[in-house]
Amino acid sequence: MSGIVRFLQGNEACVEAALYAGVQFYAGYPITPSTEIAEQMSYRLPRQGGKFIQMEDEIASICAIIGASLTGHKVMTATSGPGFSLMQEGLGYAIMAEIPCVIVDVQRGGPSTGLPTGPSQGDVYQARWGVHGDHAIIALTASSHQDVFEMTVHAFNMAETYRTPVILLFDEVIGHMREKLVMPEAGEIPVVGRLRTSVKAGVDYHPYLPREDGRLPMSDFGGEHRYNVTGLFHDMWGFPSDDPRVVHGLLRHLVDKIRNNVEVLTRHKEYYLDDAQTILISYGCSARSALHVVENRRARGERLGLLELQSLWPFPYDLVEEKCANARHIVVVEMNMGQIVRCVKRAVRHPNRVALANRIDGQFITPTDIRNILRLIQGKGV
Amino acid sequence: MPTVKDYIRERFFPHIWCPGCGHGTVLKSLITAVMELELSKNDIVVVSGIGCSSRISGYVDFHSLHTLLGRALAFATGVKLSKPELKVIVPMGDGDALSIGGNHFIHAARRNIAMTAIVMNNRIYGMTGGQFSPLSGLGVAATTSPYGNIDYGFDVVELARAAGASFVARTTTYHALQMIEIFKQAFMHKGFTVVEVLTQCPTYFGRKNKLGGAADMVEWFKKNTTPIGSEAKQKDASLIERGVFVKVEKPEYCSEYDKVIARATGRGA
Repeated sequence: MSGIVRFLQGNEACVEAALYAGVQFYAGYPITPSTEIAEQMSYRLPRQGGKFIQMEDEIASICAIIGASLTGHKVMTATSGPGFSLMQEGLGYAIMAEIPCVIVDVQRGGPSTGLPTGPSQGDVYQARWGVHGDHAIIALTASSHQDVFEMTVHAFNMAETYRTPVILLFDEVIGHMREKLVMPEAGEIPVVGRLRTSVKAGVDYHPYLPREDGRLPMSDFGGEHRYNVTGLFHDMWGFPSDDPRVVHGLLRHLVDKIRNNVEVLTRHKEYYLDDAQTILISYGCSARSALHVVENRRARGERLGLLELQSLWPFPYDLVEEKCANARHIVVVEMNMGQIVRCVKRAVRHPNRVALANRIDGQFITPTDIRNILRLIQGKGV
Repeated sequence: MPTVKDYIRERFFPHIWCPGCGHGTVLKSLITAVMELELSKNDIVVVSGIGCSSRISGYVDFHSLHTLLGRALAFATGVKLSKPELKVIVPMGDGDALSIGGNHFIHAARRNIAMTAIVMNNRIYGMTGGQFSPLSGLGVAATTSPYGNIDYGFDVVELARAAGASFVARTTTYHALQMIEIFKQAFMHKGFTVVEVLTQCPTYFGRKNKLGGAADMVEWFKKNTTPIGSEAKQKDASLIERGVFVKVEKPEYCSEYDKVIARATGRGA
């Protein structure tokens, strides 16, 4: 740690981290509760030679960052639910064409215009399945500004490593809350740069032919290699193809490059899990209240633990199964009608031991909300 | 001397266009303009959306980005602003550019970001089989207007002018030599440039509207268009004017952004 301490909003922490990771281009459209990210980017990026553009809508924003990524830049956009809906088309394109980019969704209450200034974690499944067609996706989240910083840097690293869009699923509480951030020093968190091809000019370059390690080196638009990029199924040159072998191979590649790396991609934190009889599983802002409950109960000698997920997609099924193997009660704490709880039920050996502690009224879930559910499932009444 | 063949990707051929389609004329005119300007292939990015016209990006040996229906200009904006030294050419169809992409079209024009939007206007959605577009105009027969179209059409020139494009021109596939000259001017203009090319779709527009074959439709362009401000136009108001309607110098977006960087870094006013 650099020792430099900042007191700032989660949205600002995200901007600091993106700059740390080397973001050079940002396109966005104002929407609560993510707007501070655009505002800060418009101020900070040009100070270091980067580019910020306010586009006409969120559809255009994601398209613009994809274009800028192809010229060799690290790119990002940020939005909230309604804008995230509009971005699904471009998100699918980035998945198909394998364009590195980072998309931040600072979640608010939905559906539709919903609760613009109220917190929610209702976009978890939209992040997973908002795009039509089969695909895989990476989505990370965070419960503190320190973690917002770290996950944002990881998001850029994963986007470059796997040539894929990465989603940062924050929420209104994290985005707008002010707390401390200890600024990491340069080099403290590794930063992955763009992998460029070593194929020389005049030699046939295959933009979509993975190396032995599965990575696909890129060539910047404007460089020596002129190739085609398309949202159609395509061969290793990027040319459209409906050859069944090509279609099958590409879809498998798009899904497997993420699914086969779940362990490498998974980020989580755990508190008091070793002997825990009751395990809370939470993420994002909800994990703050969950941790409060766990620490409180531990002080009283109760064997509670917390598994905090920082990777939501791909979902770490094996990790959850392993951590919950000896738990009598598993309570998923989230601010929606039950999204991650579905995955947890699929992951654990005894789904009937899984309960949901949630809050869906636009108010932050409190330790009391969680305690009430705990009393119920422990047979103590409210 | 290089030939047109040196600028296409033969691997991509045969192309998908129907016999008699006007898009091939646009392709050759585009390449000829690039050749005559002696532009480097590595400096050109062709960004297109979806549709028959949008396949042009794959056929040319430039950097090519085949994107989403209507979104080509939004992708192109990211390409251009992130690397302003590139020459960005955006061929689009009429439905692509002005229906689903209408918002991106007016905002790209408003920013005056240096790129060339080519609207290949055949007044129909060809790839989906002949539905009316926002450039079809009243009375046109299409598969979605079996009783005649009641939607007014846009005037691309007036729309682009009002939205702020600093170069606006119109030509047709009959006037291929004029098309080359207009493309050359457009590619070298510093600002957002719009070139509307009236092009024939004999398969859908022609057949549905009983306009004859491709040759008849091209002949129609010859008979029904006239140079801007010609005597013929004064006698017959129904003639469609062609030529360069707008050519003004005004600050271009990427250059203005350089000034933003200068202000932000304290290196400029």
